[in-house]
Amino acid sequence: MNDFIPLVVIVPLLGAALCVVAARSRRVQRVVSLVALSSNVITAILLLVEVDDEGILVSQAGGWRVPIGITLTVDRLSAVMLVVSSLMLISVMVYAIGLGDEEQRFSAFHPIYLALAAGVSASFVTGDLFNLFVAFEMMLVASYVLLTLGGRRAQVRSGMTYVIISLIASTFFVTALALLYASTGTVNMAELADRIPDLPDGVRLGFSLLLVVVFGIKAGVFPLYFWLPDSYPTAPGAITAVFAGLLTKVGVYAIIRSQTLLFPPDDRQGSLLLVIAALTMVVGVLGALAQDDMRRILSFHVISQIGYMIFGLALFSLAGIAGAVFYVVHHIAVKTSLFLVAGLVEFRTGSGRLSNVGGLVRSAPAVALLFAFPALSLAGLPPFSGFIAKFALVDAGIDDGAYLVVVASLVASLLTVMSMTKIWLAVFWGDAEAASVDRRLRASRSPLLMSIATGFVVAISLALIVYADPVYDYAERAATELLEPAQYVEAVLGGDDR
Amino acid sequence: MTDSPRRRETGHHVSDRMVILDTASKVLYHSILVLALYFVLAGHNRPGGGFVSGLTVGAAVALRYVSGGAAAVRTTFRVPAHVILGAGLLLAAGTAFVPLLLGESILEHASATVHLPLFDSVKLNTVILFDVGVDLVVIGLVMMAFAAFGDDDAQPPSAERPPREHPATEHPAPEHTAPDDSRTVER
Repeated sequence: MNDFIPLVVIVPLLGAALCVVAARSRRVQRVVSLVALSSNVITAILLLVEVDDEGILVSQAGGWRVPIGITLTVDRLSAVMLVVSSLMLISVMVYAIGLGDEEQRFSAFHPIYLALAAGVSASFVTGDLFNLFVAFEMMLVASYVLLTLGGRRAQVRSGMTYVIISLIASTFFVTALALLYASTGTVNMAELADRIPDLPDGVRLGFSLLLVVVFGIKAGVFPLYFWLPDSYPTAPGAITAVFAGLLTKVGVYAIIRSQTLLFPPDDRQGSLLLVIAALTMVVGVLGALAQDDMRRILSFHVISQIGYMIFGLALFSLAGIAGAVFYVVHHIAVKTSLFLVAGLVEFRTGSGRLSNVGGLVRSAPAVALLFAFPALSLAGLPPFSGFIAKFALVDAGIDDGAYLVVVASLVASLLTVMSMTKIWLAVFWGDAEAASVDRRLRASRSPLLMSIATGFVVAISLALIVYADPVYDYAERAATELLEPAQYVEAVLGGDDR
Repeated sequence: MTDSPRRRETGHHVSDRMVILDTASKVLYHSILVLALYFVLAGHNRPGGGFVSGLTVGAAVALRYVSGGAAAVRTTFRVPAHVILGAGLLLAAGTAFVPLLLGESILEHASATVHLPLFDSVKLNTVILFDVGVDLVVIGLVMMAFAAFGDDDAQPPSAERPPREHPATEHPAPEHTAPDDSRTVER
């Protein structure tokens, strides 16, 4: 079973290679993509089941032992991230095929998308920091291309911001790696966890902060989020959903992983992260209120939601981290589906601007329904998954006495309801003023496939209500594991059965 | 996409060609390719390797570009650049993958020492396949970069023509704007 781990990276890469060779036939590319991505879903689910039964899985590439080889590790957190991300990746691919447009016009779409998928999976399974960097780069380079696919002026302009910010973050990351290697002689996470406690206090603090900054830029936390709402909305329709749903969450994953695994409890940036969390939640949602474009509103919500995840982590309690894990899972499904719905709205009306559209509840009741569920869930209304996630976090926060952040999170929730209402009022109620714009777009696309994909993602987020109990239990087990890094270290260094 | 007319605007038309450059590049081109071949074969134990070899081939291609322009680059190999790149990635990822099928761990490699009449004992290693894959990826990428950025003759980008911010987005898209089932997308 351990040998299955590399499959989540290598299969999309093989798929990408086939798609490059088959650049002339979109049909072949589609088949290859769908096969590769569904193989990832299956592998991820198998890994999750296995990890939950047997504990942490480790695979050493090339049969080399720890400090030399490439270590791939799957624990409960990685496994659940893999499952959710692979489900999103395949849904968005189906949606993109339905949408056509960039997917049809550019033969590079499929290979690059698969490279992105490989990068995302690699970030979740890698067991050393340097390969985390490699995985990030794989993902980022792919995202640069996907973001600017089409080459419209706005895309290239915001793409530049995105590229520059990402490069700066990567530079910091490499610097941090070099410093870590200089002071500990390893970049393997398990070995780092072993050796970092021996470093002087100041050095440890420095590393801890540096990594928070690096991953914070990727995750889009306050005050490092400014690139996000600018660049995400300009990406091609389906791509935004994957960016918003997954890319920032890879940053969150990296923060969770590095803070819990690498640093001993007294070096964790608990109070700093709490402040960041509160500010991220509130500033993000305030930004959302000021926008007039569906995708921009939703992009600001991405930021706001990141705050909740950081909040859960920052408590460093079992309940807090379990809440954060649950929140990440819920958020990925909900956010992806909201962006997919935004795409459906644009597809039906030709615009995502609130002032240009209206009356969709009559002209497209199905779309309205698909929007309503995730929107209510995002806002945290019972019985949706967002309520469960937020409830868990607030409960954990009160237990820890972080009252101010709890209040901030409740205020942010309230404001989220407000901005969701704003979208609802403008897009789904109101007069169908501009419903006639750009009808020609419709003839060339396959809305059925898009709706099925969106429906599937919404169904996943609804399933989180029904299965909230087992999922939350799983999140708790994942949190237990995260709070006992000794298990991870032993699995990699000691329990190496190869 | 190979039939670019003689490139007057860019100064590469017949009378402008430099005899020394053309002759020199004819000689050098193949020597550089041999050097690249040496690099990829030597790479396992001595300086060299797939990446270096790919860059060396890239230098040879650059020489062709200097003397003949983007059109010369396109006709360097019979196989289109994107196929070279894809085949390389396939080979590299494939060699990583095959050991999994054989029950070993990923990226695992085998080596054997054989005795050949002329070369005495030669150590063969399956890593060479991975290296060749890397080599092909780099070659494909270099060629696509030249085709994408080095072609002054290209028409100004229209709505249907992909942008040039990344070589990988460039290559075969133009032919594909009217895809398999006539669902052309207008923008």
